[in-house]
Amino acid sequence: MTSLPQRTDRKLGLVIDLDICVGCHGCATSCKEWNTGGYSAPLSDQDPYGADPHGAWLNRIHAYEVGEGAASRTVHFPRSCLHCETPACVTVCPTGASYKRAEDGIVLVNPDTCIGCKLCSWACPYGAREYDYAHGVMKKCTLCVDRIYNTNIPERDRVPACVKACPTGARAFGDLGDPQSEVSRSVAVRGGYNLLEAFGYQPVNKYLPPRERRDATTAARSASPPTMPTSDGTSIERFFAWVDRTLSAKET
Amino acid sequence: MHPAYSVIVFTTASGAGLGLIALLSAGAALGLIPPDRTLGIAGFGVGFALFTGGLLSSTLHLGRPERAWRAFSEWRSSWLSREGVAAVVTYVPAGIAALGWVMLGRSDGIFAVAGVLAALAAAVTVYCTGQIYASLPTIRQWQQPLTTPVYLILALATGALLATALLAVLGHPWSLAARVAFLALAVGLLMKMLYWRAIDTSRPRYTIEAATGLGALGKVRPLDPPHTQPNFVMREMGFEIARKHAERLRGFVVLTLFALPMALLAIAGAAPSPIPPMAIVLAAGSAAVGVLVERWLFFAEAEHVSMLYYGKAAA
Repeated sequence: MTSLPQRTDRKLGLVIDLDICVGCHGCATSCKEWNTGGYSAPLSDQDPYGADPHGAWLNRIHAYEVGEGAASRTVHFPRSCLHCETPACVTVCPTGASYKRAEDGIVLVNPDTCIGCKLCSWACPYGAREYDYAHGVMKKCTLCVDRIYNTNIPERDRVPACVKACPTGARAFGDLGDPQSEVSRSVAVRGGYNLLEAFGYQPVNKYLPPRERRDATTAARSASPPTMPTSDGTSIERFFAWVDRTLSAKET
Repeated sequence: MHPAYSVIVFTTASGAGLGLIALLSAGAALGLIPPDRTLGIAGFGVGFALFTGGLLSSTLHLGRPERAWRAFSEWRSSWLSREGVAAVVTYVPAGIAALGWVMLGRSDGIFAVAGVLAALAAAVTVYCTGQIYASLPTIRQWQQPLTTPVYLILALATGALLATALLAVLGHPWSLAARVAFLALAVGLLMKMLYWRAIDTSRPRYTIEAATGLGALGKVRPLDPPHTQPNFVMREMGFEIARKHAERLRGFVVLTLFALPMALLAIAGAAPSPIPPMAIVLAAGSAAVGVLVERWLFFAEAEHVSMLYYGKAAA
């Protein structure tokens, strides 16, 4: 059934902090590793050792240069399914293989009923869906639905593989439908935003914008030049100051 | 957008087949075409062959063709599903009209009703096809008011050319069909020119700054690509055609799909006996090539918003 649920009990999703992502691709490789053996298995590759290797990945890490000259900066930009509240990829699906879960809002593809028509990938403005050429069905981020409820793994590991892997803590997972959740609070504090809001698909995932620069360019404007520390007046300090002066005088 | 050849064959062949079926069954229902058995076998034979062949071809682009039957379930929300349902529904009245015509030599009463219903169902099917594309806000060149009308008029024009050719070759009066074909081609040409002008003059709706949400920090340029080789998204959505090639192909479409068939129809209308059937068959052949190129171009000129993430400045 590709008609959307009226509402979802929860809005599980990711909050991605563009300020601290270092573009290591750890989340992408961790995602690939987990999901090629999980719900979306397999995530096949084509020509993996040849001249044109490519394959289905559910998470892609771009790097952009933003701004001009000395004020320009590098922004690493992970891109995956945003688990939209009203996703067109679901409603265009002719078979009902694409669906949005009423209980937690996760958008999934049923690999047993997908016919591989690719129309959902045409409907997604975010380029989040990738067709599996070997499996013949569409693949997408599952929000690690097979981890987050998995009672066979320790509770601290019940987060998406990308979140678990991120070495800088640039990815957070939680219920964005609950204004009191940690992810919702960080979105409120940092001004988290939606990608391509004009489409009206209401992405659940949010991006936290890079903070104001804190490097030499901005620091020089505010702070006065640092001064050398002077003697704090204790007798031991005065003794060493005398030694220093005496030795310096002898050298000249 | 990458032109999927099976989809190009499907939309053009099924469009022409449905146009032919619609014109034959509606024409017979209105008493404009005699329910001659040979004409019925040839006309519905060609019509159903093109329609069915196109449908089968469309399953070739599926990753899982054996599951194609599942596509009938989501007609409430999906234009693709509606297209499948409408296509199958069309077989029922079209089949009844064809049976009445071929087996009983009748196109009156219930067969006339079936004929009119077949024409309507054929139009609905092509309308659904057009809407699959016209309803995608991710592709500016497809979400145009003229996208679906062009699909409809080209199905009618190519079907009418086929009908004219069959009538002429089998020695039936064909001038009314020729006039329908000529008119449909003229309207089609006008619509296609307006469509091209619309996609050339409509401004891109989104920029890379809008896509990344980083515009407040300045201009956004790709620095490191996310992967070394093109992925599915780039292969499927990133297909592009050089502007000058598009111009040339548009000219080719104007010539082969519209100008040449219209000129040949005019020649057929004025020329003496052995020439008209040949000229009309030639017109249909030219339009067949033209409509394939037109459909290929429809894909090749379409730009997808997701390519913004890969560095396209605007889409």
